[in-house]
Amino acid sequence: MTVATAKVQKPIAPPKPWTRERTVGWALVGLWIFIIGSLLLWMVEAWNPELFDKYFPKYVSGLIITLELVAASIILGALLSFPLAMMRMSKNGLLNKISYAYVYFFRGTPLLAQTFLIYYGLGEFRPQLEAIGLWGFFKEAWNCGVFAFTLNTAAYQAEILRGAINSVAPGQWEGAASLGIPKWLTFFKIILPQALVVALRPYGNEIILMVKGSAVVSIITVYDLMGETRRAYSRSFDFQTYIWAAFIYLAIVEIIRNLWDVMEKRLTRHMIR
Amino acid sequence: MTETLALIGFGPNGWGDEILAGVGVTIALALATLPVGLTIGFFVALGKQSEEQTIRLAANIYTTIFRGLPELLTLFIVFYGAQIGIQTAYAWIAGSETVIEVNAFVSGMIALGVVFSSYASEVFLSAFRAIPKGQYEGGWSIGLSGWNTMRLVILPQLIKIALPGLANLWLILLKDTALVSAVGLSDILRQTGIAARVTKHAFLFFGTACLVYLLLAIISSFFINRISDWASKSEAAR
Repeated sequence: MTVATAKVQKPIAPPKPWTRERTVGWALVGLWIFIIGSLLLWMVEAWNPELFDKYFPKYVSGLIITLELVAASIILGALLSFPLAMMRMSKNGLLNKISYAYVYFFRGTPLLAQTFLIYYGLGEFRPQLEAIGLWGFFKEAWNCGVFAFTLNTAAYQAEILRGAINSVAPGQWEGAASLGIPKWLTFFKIILPQALVVALRPYGNEIILMVKGSAVVSIITVYDLMGETRRAYSRSFDFQTYIWAAFIYLAIVEIIRNLWDVMEKRLTRHMIR
Repeated sequence: MTETLALIGFGPNGWGDEILAGVGVTIALALATLPVGLTIGFFVALGKQSEEQTIRLAANIYTTIFRGLPELLTLFIVFYGAQIGIQTAYAWIAGSETVIEVNAFVSGMIALGVVFSSYASEVFLSAFRAIPKGQYEGGWSIGLSGWNTMRLVILPQLIKIALPGLANLWLILLKDTALVSAVGLSDILRQTGIAARVTKHAFLFFGTACLVYLLLAIISSFFINRISDWASKSEAAR
Protein backbone atom coordinates (compact mmCIF):
# COMPACT_ATOMS: atom_id res chain seq x y z
CA MET A 1 0.00 0.00 0.00
CA THR A 2 1.47 3.29 -0.97
CA VAL A 3 0.73 6.55 0.57
CA ALA A 4 -0.07 9.31 -1.85
CA THR A 5 2.58 11.89 -1.36
CA ALA A 6 1.44 14.33 -3.99
CA LYS A 7 0.61 17.57 -2.34
CA VAL A 8 -3.06 18.34 -2.57
CA GLN A 9 -3.53 21.76 -3.99
CA LYS A 10 -6.25 24.09 -2.95
CA PRO A 11 -8.55 24.80 -5.87
CA ILE A 12 -8.22 28.27 -7.30
CA ALA A 13 -10.86 30.55 -5.93
CA PRO A 14 -13.48 31.37 -8.55
CA PRO A 15 -13.23 34.94 -9.76
CA LYS A 16 -15.56 37.22 -7.87
CA PRO A 17 -17.33 39.30 -10.48
CA TRP A 18 -18.51 42.80 -9.87
CA THR A 19 -22.19 41.98 -9.71
CA ARG A 20 -24.80 44.67 -9.32
CA GLU A 21 -25.23 43.82 -5.64
CA ARG A 22 -21.54 44.06 -4.95
CA THR A 23 -21.31 47.45 -6.68
CA VAL A 24 -24.32 48.79 -4.79
CA GLY A 25 -22.94 47.43 -1.52
CA TRP A 26 -19.57 49.08 -1.95
CA ALA A 27 -21.25 52.30 -3.03
CA LEU A 28 -23.37 52.30 0.15
CA VAL A 29 -20.43 51.51 2.39
CA GLY A 30 -18.48 54.20 0.56
CA LEU A 31 -21.32 56.63 1.26
CA TRP A 32 -21.17 55.84 4.97
CA ILE A 33 -17.37 56.19 4.99
CA PHE A 34 -17.78 59.52 3.21
CA ILE A 35 -20.45 60.79 5.63
CA ILE A 36 -18.70 59.68 8.83
CA GLY A 37 -15.28 60.66 7.47
CA SER A 38 -16.36 64.14 6.46
CA LEU A 39 -18.09 64.55 9.80
CA LEU A 40 -14.88 63.65 11.62
CA LEU A 41 -12.81 65.82 9.26
CA TRP A 42 -15.14 68.75 9.85
CA MET A 43 -14.95 68.23 13.62
CA VAL A 44 -11.16 68.19 13.50
CA GLU A 45 -11.14 71.30 11.36
CA ALA A 46 -13.69 73.12 13.49
CA TRP A 47 -11.99 71.90 16.67
CA ASN A 48 -12.00 74.69 19.18
CA PRO A 49 -9.92 74.00 22.30
CA GLU A 50 -11.53 76.91 24.10
CA LEU A 51 -14.99 75.52 23.45
CA PHE A 52 -13.89 72.04 24.46
CA ASP A 53 -12.27 73.21 27.72
CA LYS A 54 -15.33 75.22 28.56
CA TYR A 55 -17.93 72.56 27.90
CA PHE A 56 -16.15 69.29 28.61
CA PRO A 57 -16.81 69.41 32.40
CA LYS A 58 -20.44 70.32 31.67
CA TYR A 59 -20.87 67.31 29.41
CA VAL A 60 -19.40 65.09 32.12
CA SER A 61 -21.81 66.43 34.74
CA GLY A 62 -24.68 66.10 32.25
CA LEU A 63 -23.70 62.51 31.56
CA ILE A 64 -23.64 61.76 35.28
CA ILE A 65 -27.09 63.29 35.72
CA THR A 66 -28.46 61.24 32.82
CA LEU A 67 -27.01 58.03 34.24
CA GLU A 68 -28.28 58.83 37.75
CA LEU A 69 -31.72 59.63 36.40
CA VAL A 70 -31.91 56.39 34.44
CA ALA A 71 -30.56 54.28 37.30
CA ALA A 72 -32.93 55.83 39.86
CA SER A 73 -36.02 55.45 37.69
CA ILE A 74 -35.19 51.92 36.54
CA ILE A 75 -34.64 50.72 40.12
CA LEU A 76 -37.66 52.51 41.60
CA GLY A 77 -39.71 51.41 38.60
CA ALA A 78 -38.69 47.80 39.17
CA LEU A 79 -39.86 48.03 42.79
CA LEU A 80 -43.18 49.51 41.70
CA SER A 81 -43.62 47.04 38.86
CA PHE A 82 -43.74 44.05 41.22
CA PRO A 83 -47.04 44.93 42.92
CA LEU A 84 -48.42 46.09 39.57
CA ALA A 85 -47.65 42.78 37.90
CA MET A 86 -49.06 40.88 40.90
CA MET A 87 -52.25 42.95 40.75
CA ARG A 88 -52.53 42.34 37.03
CA MET A 89 -52.27 38.58 37.54
CA SER A 90 -54.55 38.41 40.56
CA LYS A 91 -58.03 36.98 40.27
CA ASN A 92 -59.49 40.01 42.05
CA GLY A 93 -61.35 41.88 39.33
CA LEU A 94 -60.90 45.33 40.84
CA LEU A 95 -57.13 45.06 41.39
CA ASN A 96 -56.77 43.63 37.92
CA LYS A 97 -58.67 46.54 36.35
CA ILE A 98 -56.72 49.17 38.30
CA SER A 99 -53.42 47.72 37.17
CA TYR A 100 -54.66 47.39 33.59
CA ALA A 101 -55.79 51.03 33.53
CA TYR A 102 -52.45 52.16 34.97
CA VAL A 103 -50.43 50.26 32.40
CA TYR A 104 -52.71 51.35 29.57
CA PHE A 105 -52.43 55.01 30.53
CA PHE A 106 -48.66 55.09 30.89
CA ARG A 107 -48.00 53.04 27.78
CA GLY A 108 -50.52 54.92 25.69
CA THR A 109 -49.40 58.50 26.30
CA PRO A 110 -46.11 60.19 25.39
CA LEU A 111 -43.44 60.35 28.07
CA LEU A 112 -43.08 64.07 27.39
CA ALA A 113 -46.78 64.67 28.11
CA GLN A 114 -46.53 62.67 31.34
CA THR A 115 -43.49 64.68 32.40
CA PHE A 116 -45.33 67.96 31.70
CA LEU A 117 -48.39 66.68 33.54
CA ILE A 118 -46.30 66.07 36.65
CA TYR A 119 -43.91 69.02 36.48
CA TYR A 120 -46.31 71.77 35.39
CA GLY A 121 -49.60 70.10 36.26
CA LEU A 122 -48.87 69.44 39.93
CA GLY A 123 -48.02 73.13 40.32
CA GLU A 124 -51.74 73.73 40.09
CA PHE A 125 -52.17 71.85 43.39
CA ARG A 126 -49.48 73.78 45.22
CA PRO A 127 -51.60 74.71 48.29
CA GLN A 128 -52.75 71.11 48.77
CA LEU A 129 -49.22 69.76 48.28
CA GLU A 130 -47.85 72.33 50.72
CA ALA A 131 -50.45 71.23 53.24
CA ILE A 132 -49.19 67.65 53.17
CA GLY A 133 -45.55 68.71 52.92
CA LEU A 134 -44.81 67.33 49.46
CA TRP A 135 -44.36 70.63 47.66
CA GLY A 136 -40.65 70.69 48.45
CA PHE A 137 -40.32 67.43 46.53
CA PHE A 138 -42.31 68.41 43.45
CA LYS A 139 -40.74 71.87 43.23
CA GLU A 140 -37.53 70.36 41.89
CA ALA A 141 -37.49 69.53 38.19
CA TRP A 142 -35.11 66.62 38.80
CA ASN A 143 -37.48 64.99 41.29
CA CYS A 144 -40.39 65.42 38.89
CA GLY A 145 -38.33 63.84 36.13
CA VAL A 146 -37.45 60.83 38.27
CA PHE A 147 -41.06 60.55 39.45
CA ALA A 148 -42.49 60.67 35.92
CA PHE A 149 -39.92 58.22 34.54
CA THR A 150 -40.46 55.83 37.45
CA LEU A 151 -44.21 55.76 36.86
CA ASN A 152 -43.64 55.30 33.14
CA THR A 153 -41.05 52.54 33.30
CA ALA A 154 -43.00 50.74 36.04
CA ALA A 155 -45.85 50.27 33.56
CA TYR A 156 -43.53 48.80 30.93
CA GLN A 157 -41.63 46.67 33.44
CA ALA A 158 -44.88 45.31 34.89
CA GLU A 159 -45.81 44.06 31.44
CA ILE A 160 -42.33 42.52 30.96
CA LEU A 161 -42.55 40.79 34.31
CA ARG A 162 -46.08 39.54 33.72
CA GLY A 163 -45.19 38.16 30.31
CA ALA A 164 -42.08 36.45 31.69
CA ILE A 165 -43.91 34.87 34.64
CA ASN A 166 -46.68 33.66 32.35
CA SER A 167 -44.09 32.16 30.03
CA VAL A 168 -42.96 29.69 32.70
CA ALA A 169 -44.71 26.38 32.07
CA PRO A 170 -47.55 25.60 34.55
CA GLY A 171 -45.96 22.18 35.09
CA GLN A 172 -43.31 23.94 37.15
CA TRP A 173 -45.98 25.09 39.62
CA GLU A 174 -47.54 21.65 39.68
CA GLY A 175 -44.21 19.90 40.12
CA ALA A 176 -43.36 22.08 43.10
CA ALA A 177 -46.83 21.60 44.58
CA SER A 178 -46.47 17.81 44.30
CA LEU A 179 -43.28 18.06 46.33
CA GLY A 180 -45.15 19.96 49.00
CA ILE A 181 -43.30 23.24 48.47
CA PRO A 182 -45.41 26.20 49.62
CA LYS A 183 -46.64 28.56 46.93
CA TRP A 184 -44.58 31.61 47.93
CA LEU A 185 -41.40 29.57 48.03
CA THR A 186 -42.22 28.05 44.64
CA PHE A 187 -42.63 31.54 43.27
CA PHE A 188 -39.32 32.91 44.57
CA LYS A 189 -37.16 29.81 44.13
CA ILE A 190 -38.58 28.15 41.03
CA ILE A 191 -40.73 30.48 38.95
CA LEU A 192 -38.98 33.82 39.32
CA PRO A 193 -35.45 32.64 38.41
CA GLN A 194 -36.77 31.11 35.20
CA ALA A 195 -38.93 34.14 34.46
CA LEU A 196 -36.06 36.59 34.94
CA VAL A 197 -33.93 34.79 32.36
CA VAL A 198 -36.77 35.24 29.87
CA ALA A 199 -37.16 38.87 30.94
CA LEU A 200 -33.47 39.68 30.59
CA ARG A 201 -33.59 40.87 26.98
CA PRO A 202 -36.75 42.99 27.36
CA TYR A 203 -35.24 44.55 30.50
CA GLY A 204 -32.13 45.49 28.52
CA ASN A 205 -34.29 47.05 25.85
CA GLU A 206 -36.22 48.96 28.49
CA ILE A 207 -33.01 50.40 29.93
CA ILE A 208 -31.92 51.51 26.47
CA LEU A 209 -35.34 53.07 25.86
CA MET A 210 -35.02 54.86 29.20
CA VAL A 211 -31.55 56.23 28.35
CA LYS A 212 -32.97 57.59 25.11
CA GLY A 213 -36.20 58.75 26.70
CA SER A 214 -34.38 60.55 29.49
CA ALA A 215 -33.39 63.21 26.96
CA VAL A 216 -36.85 64.76 27.33
CA VAL A 217 -36.08 66.02 30.84
CA SER A 218 -33.95 68.66 29.16
CA ILE A 219 -37.25 70.33 28.18
CA ILE A 220 -38.24 70.75 31.84
CA THR A 221 -34.92 72.48 32.60
CA VAL A 222 -32.96 69.53 33.98
CA TYR A 223 -29.36 69.80 32.77
CA ASP A 224 -28.77 66.21 31.81
CA LEU A 225 -26.56 65.34 28.82
CA MET A 226 -29.18 66.64 26.41
CA GLY A 227 -29.83 69.72 28.54
CA GLU A 228 -26.13 70.58 28.65
CA THR A 229 -25.94 70.04 24.90
CA ARG A 230 -28.83 72.39 24.24
CA ARG A 231 -27.30 74.99 26.55
CA ALA A 232 -23.91 74.67 24.89
CA TYR A 233 -25.50 75.04 21.46
CA SER A 234 -27.61 78.03 22.40
CA ARG A 235 -24.50 79.81 23.72
CA SER A 236 -21.92 78.84 21.10
CA PHE A 237 -24.09 78.24 18.00
CA ASP A 238 -21.58 75.53 17.20
CA PHE A 239 -23.24 72.48 15.70
CA GLN A 240 -20.40 70.27 16.98
CA THR A 241 -22.07 70.29 20.39
CA TYR A 242 -24.90 68.12 19.04
CA ILE A 243 -22.49 65.75 17.31
CA TRP A 244 -20.57 65.23 20.57
CA ALA A 245 -23.81 64.34 22.33
CA ALA A 246 -24.71 61.95 19.53
CA PHE A 247 -21.42 60.12 19.95
CA ILE A 248 -21.85 59.90 23.72
CA TYR A 249 -25.42 58.57 23.49
CA LEU A 250 -24.41 56.03 20.84
CA ALA A 251 -21.54 54.89 23.04
CA ILE A 252 -23.80 54.42 26.10
CA VAL A 253 -26.37 52.45 24.12
CA GLU A 254 -23.75 50.25 22.46
CA ILE A 255 -22.05 49.55 25.80
CA ILE A 256 -25.36 48.48 27.37
CA ARG A 257 -26.23 46.36 24.34
CA ASN A 258 -22.90 44.51 24.38
CA LEU A 259 -22.98 44.12 28.15
CA TRP A 260 -26.39 42.53 27.79
CA ASP A 261 -25.15 40.15 25.10
CA VAL A 262 -22.35 38.98 27.40
CA MET A 263 -24.73 38.66 30.34
CA GLU A 264 -27.29 36.72 28.35
CA LYS A 265 -24.65 34.33 27.04
CA ARG A 266 -23.40 33.66 30.54
CA LEU A 267 -26.79 33.31 32.21
CA THR A 268 -28.23 31.00 29.57
CA ARG A 269 -25.23 28.72 29.15
CA HIS A 270 -27.10 25.84 30.83
CA MET A 271 -29.77 26.08 28.13
CA ILE A 272 -27.44 25.70 25.16
CA ARG A 273 -27.69 22.27 23.64
CA MET B 1 -67.19 72.13 36.84
CA THR B 2 -68.94 74.33 34.26
CA GLU B 3 -65.91 76.60 34.33
CA THR B 4 -63.66 73.65 33.55
CA LEU B 5 -65.89 72.53 30.73
CA ALA B 6 -65.88 76.06 29.31
CA LEU B 7 -62.07 76.03 29.30
CA ILE B 8 -61.72 72.88 27.26
CA GLY B 9 -64.89 73.55 25.27
CA PHE B 10 -65.32 75.41 22.00
CA GLY B 11 -66.79 78.63 23.37
CA PRO B 12 -65.16 82.07 23.23
CA ASN B 13 -63.04 81.30 26.31
CA GLY B 14 -62.55 77.66 25.40
CA TRP B 15 -59.40 76.13 24.03
CA GLY B 16 -61.16 73.25 22.33
CA ASP B 17 -60.70 74.56 18.81
CA GLU B 18 -56.98 75.23 19.35
CA ILE B 19 -56.46 71.75 20.76
CA LEU B 20 -58.44 70.25 17.90
CA ALA B 21 -56.13 72.02 15.44
CA GLY B 22 -53.21 70.48 17.34
CA VAL B 23 -54.79 67.04 17.01
CA GLY B 24 -54.99 67.62 13.26
CA VAL B 25 -51.28 68.52 13.13
CA THR B 26 -50.30 65.46 15.18
CA ILE B 27 -52.32 63.10 12.99
CA ALA B 28 -51.04 64.74 9.80
CA LEU B 29 -47.43 64.40 10.96
CA ALA B 30 -47.84 60.74 11.94
CA LEU B 31 -49.63 59.92 8.67
CA ALA B 32 -47.02 61.78 6.61
CA THR B 33 -44.16 59.99 8.41
CA LEU B 34 -45.65 56.52 7.97
CA PRO B 35 -45.01 56.02 4.20
CA VAL B 36 -41.50 57.48 4.50
CA GLY B 37 -40.61 55.17 7.39
CA LEU B 38 -42.22 52.09 5.81
CA THR B 39 -40.46 52.57 2.48
CA ILE B 40 -37.00 53.18 3.93
CA GLY B 41 -37.54 50.39 6.47
CA PHE B 42 -38.48 47.92 3.75
CA PHE B 43 -35.35 48.65 1.71
CA VAL B 44 -33.11 48.55 4.78
CA ALA B 45 -34.59 45.12 5.62
CA LEU B 46 -33.89 43.97 2.05
CA GLY B 47 -30.33 45.17 2.53
CA LYS B 48 -29.99 43.31 5.83
CA GLN B 49 -30.87 39.98 4.30
CA SER B 50 -28.77 40.51 1.19
CA GLU B 51 -26.14 37.93 0.35
CA GLU B 52 -23.61 40.68 -0.27
CA GLN B 53 -21.96 41.50 3.03
CA THR B 54 -21.18 45.13 2.19
CA ILE B 55 -24.90 45.82 1.77
CA ARG B 56 -25.59 44.14 5.11
CA LEU B 57 -22.90 46.26 6.73
CA ALA B 58 -24.31 49.49 5.32
CA ALA B 59 -27.83 48.58 6.48
CA ASN B 60 -26.63 47.63 9.95
CA ILE B 61 -24.75 50.92 10.37
CA TYR B 62 -27.99 52.72 9.56
CA THR B 63 -30.03 50.91 12.22
CA THR B 64 -27.29 51.08 14.84
CA ILE B 65 -27.10 54.85 14.51
CA PHE B 66 -30.78 55.66 14.44
CA ARG B 67 -31.83 53.16 17.07
CA GLY B 68 -29.06 54.34 19.39
CA LEU B 69 -29.73 58.06 19.26
CA PRO B 70 -32.47 59.59 21.40
CA GLU B 71 -35.37 60.65 19.17
CA LEU B 72 -35.15 64.16 20.56
CA LEU B 73 -31.48 64.44 19.61
CA THR B 74 -32.15 63.10 16.10
CA LEU B 75 -34.86 65.72 15.75
CA PHE B 76 -32.58 68.56 16.85
CA ILE B 77 -29.76 67.34 14.61
CA VAL B 78 -32.10 67.26 11.61
CA PHE B 79 -33.72 70.59 12.50
CA TYR B 80 -30.56 72.62 13.18
CA GLY B 81 -28.33 70.58 10.88
CA ALA B 82 -30.59 71.13 7.89
CA GLN B 83 -30.78 74.82 8.70
CA ILE B 84 -26.99 75.18 8.87
CA GLY B 85 -26.50 72.95 5.83
CA ILE B 86 -28.93 74.89 3.67
CA GLN B 87 -27.55 78.24 4.81
CA THR B 88 -23.99 77.14 4.05
CA ALA B 89 -25.03 75.80 0.66
CA TYR B 90 -26.90 79.02 -0.09
CA ALA B 91 -23.94 81.17 0.93
CA TRP B 92 -21.68 79.04 -1.24
CA ILE B 93 -23.92 79.24 -4.32
CA ALA B 94 -25.34 82.74 -4.05
CA GLY B 95 -22.37 84.31 -2.30
CA SER B 96 -24.52 86.08 0.26
CA GLU B 97 -25.80 85.01 3.63
CA THR B 98 -29.43 84.68 4.60
CA VAL B 99 -31.28 83.26 7.52
CA ILE B 100 -33.34 80.29 6.48
CA GLU B 101 -35.93 78.75 8.78
CA VAL B 102 -36.41 75.06 8.26
CA ASN B 103 -39.97 73.84 8.40
CA ALA B 104 -40.60 72.05 11.73
CA PHE B 105 -43.11 69.72 10.10
CA VAL B 106 -40.68 68.53 7.43
CA SER B 107 -37.78 68.06 9.85
CA GLY B 108 -40.11 66.20 12.21
CA MET B 109 -41.16 64.00 9.32
CA ILE B 110 -37.55 63.23 8.38
CA ALA B 111 -36.35 62.61 11.95
CA LEU B 112 -39.32 60.44 12.96
CA GLY B 113 -39.18 58.73 9.56
CA VAL B 114 -35.58 57.56 9.97
CA VAL B 115 -36.22 56.40 13.53
CA PHE B 116 -39.39 54.58 12.47
CA SER B 117 -37.62 52.99 9.51
CA SER B 118 -34.76 51.61 11.58
CA TYR B 119 -37.23 49.85 13.88
CA ALA B 120 -39.46 48.84 10.96
CA SER B 121 -36.49 47.24 9.21
CA GLU B 122 -36.17 44.79 12.10
CA VAL B 123 -39.87 43.94 11.88
CA PHE B 124 -39.63 43.42 8.12
CA LEU B 125 -36.46 41.38 8.51
CA SER B 126 -38.05 38.88 10.89
CA ALA B 127 -41.07 38.71 8.59
CA PHE B 128 -38.76 37.97 5.64
CA ARG B 129 -37.18 35.17 7.63
CA ALA B 130 -40.60 33.66 8.33
CA ILE B 131 -41.24 33.19 4.60
CA PRO B 132 -39.87 29.88 3.31
CA LYS B 133 -37.45 29.89 0.39
CA GLY B 134 -39.84 27.71 -1.57
CA GLN B 135 -42.12 30.70 -2.02
CA TYR B 136 -39.44 32.54 -4.01
CA GLU B 137 -38.57 29.40 -5.96
CA GLY B 138 -42.23 28.76 -6.69
CA GLY B 139 -42.55 32.29 -8.05
CA TRP B 140 -39.50 31.91 -10.28
CA SER B 141 -40.55 28.49 -11.48
CA ILE B 142 -43.76 29.84 -12.98
CA GLY B 143 -41.74 32.44 -14.83
CA LEU B 144 -42.20 35.52 -12.64
CA SER B 145 -39.32 37.98 -12.62
CA GLY B 146 -37.53 38.74 -9.35
CA TRP B 147 -39.47 41.96 -8.90
CA ASN B 148 -42.82 40.36 -9.71
CA THR B 149 -42.11 37.48 -7.33
CA MET B 150 -41.51 40.06 -4.63
CA ARG B 151 -44.62 42.05 -5.50
CA LEU B 152 -47.11 39.25 -6.09
CA VAL B 153 -45.88 36.38 -3.93
CA ILE B 154 -43.70 37.65 -1.09
CA LEU B 155 -45.15 41.09 -0.22
CA PRO B 156 -48.74 39.97 0.47
CA GLN B 157 -47.46 37.35 2.92
CA LEU B 158 -44.86 39.70 4.33
CA ILE B 159 -47.39 42.41 5.18
CA LYS B 160 -49.59 39.94 7.01
CA ILE B 161 -46.71 38.65 9.14
CA ALA B 162 -45.29 42.12 9.80
CA LEU B 163 -48.65 43.68 10.68
CA PRO B 164 -48.61 43.26 14.50
CA GLY B 165 -45.06 44.62 14.74
CA LEU B 166 -45.84 47.54 12.47
CA ALA B 167 -49.02 48.32 14.40
CA ASN B 168 -46.92 48.55 17.55
CA LEU B 169 -44.50 50.91 15.79
CA TRP B 170 -47.41 53.09 14.66
CA LEU B 171 -48.52 53.53 18.28
CA ILE B 172 -44.93 54.45 19.22
CA LEU B 173 -44.78 56.91 16.31
CA LEU B 174 -48.00 58.55 17.48
CA LYS B 175 -46.41 59.15 20.88
CA ASP B 176 -43.09 60.30 19.43
CA THR B 177 -44.79 63.09 17.48
CA ALA B 178 -45.11 64.88 20.84
CA LEU B 179 -41.37 65.61 20.67
CA VAL B 180 -41.85 67.85 17.65
CA SER B 181 -43.54 70.38 19.93
CA ALA B 182 -39.99 71.08 21.19
CA VAL B 183 -39.01 72.60 17.83
CA GLY B 184 -42.16 74.68 17.68
CA LEU B 185 -44.70 72.67 15.70
CA SER B 186 -48.23 73.41 16.96
CA ASP B 187 -49.20 69.86 17.81
CA ILE B 188 -51.43 68.67 20.67
CA LEU B 189 -48.79 69.13 23.35
CA ARG B 190 -47.74 72.61 22.24
CA GLN B 191 -51.32 73.84 21.98
CA THR B 192 -52.24 72.48 25.40
CA GLY B 193 -48.99 73.93 26.76
CA ILE B 194 -49.96 77.40 25.54
CA ALA B 195 -53.43 76.95 27.03
CA ALA B 196 -51.89 75.84 30.33
CA ARG B 197 -49.62 78.89 30.48
CA VAL B 198 -52.40 81.35 29.64
CA THR B 199 -55.10 79.92 31.90
CA LYS B 200 -52.84 78.60 34.72
CA HIS B 201 -54.74 75.30 34.63
CA ALA B 202 -51.75 73.15 33.75
CA PHE B 203 -53.05 69.87 35.16
CA LEU B 204 -56.33 70.20 33.34
CA PHE B 205 -54.76 70.87 29.96
CA PHE B 206 -51.87 68.40 30.12
CA GLY B 207 -54.34 65.83 31.43
CA THR B 208 -56.52 66.58 28.43
CA ALA B 209 -53.49 66.15 26.17
CA CYS B 210 -52.79 62.72 27.69
CA LEU B 211 -56.41 61.67 27.21
CA VAL B 212 -56.37 62.85 23.60
CA TYR B 213 -53.28 60.70 22.95
CA LEU B 214 -55.03 57.77 24.61
CA LEU B 215 -58.07 58.36 22.43
CA LEU B 216 -55.90 58.38 19.32
CA ALA B 217 -54.34 55.09 20.43
CA ILE B 218 -57.79 53.54 20.97
CA ILE B 219 -59.00 54.73 17.56
CA SER B 220 -55.81 53.36 15.99
CA SER B 221 -56.36 49.99 17.66
CA PHE B 222 -59.84 49.86 16.14
CA PHE B 223 -58.47 50.40 12.64
CA ILE B 224 -55.55 48.03 13.23
CA ASN B 225 -58.01 45.29 14.18
CA ARG B 226 -60.01 45.96 11.03
CA ILE B 227 -56.85 45.74 8.91
CA SER B 228 -55.69 42.53 10.54
CA ASP B 229 -59.15 41.00 10.06
CA TRP B 230 -58.93 41.95 6.41
CA ALA B 231 -55.42 40.52 6.12
CA SER B 232 -56.34 37.22 7.75
CA LYS B 233 -59.28 36.77 5.37
CA SER B 234 -56.88 35.63 2.67
CA GLU B 235 -55.68 32.81 4.90
CA ALA B 236 -56.78 29.33 3.87
CA ALA B 237 -59.54 27.83 6.02
CA ARG B 238 -58.27 25.23 8.42
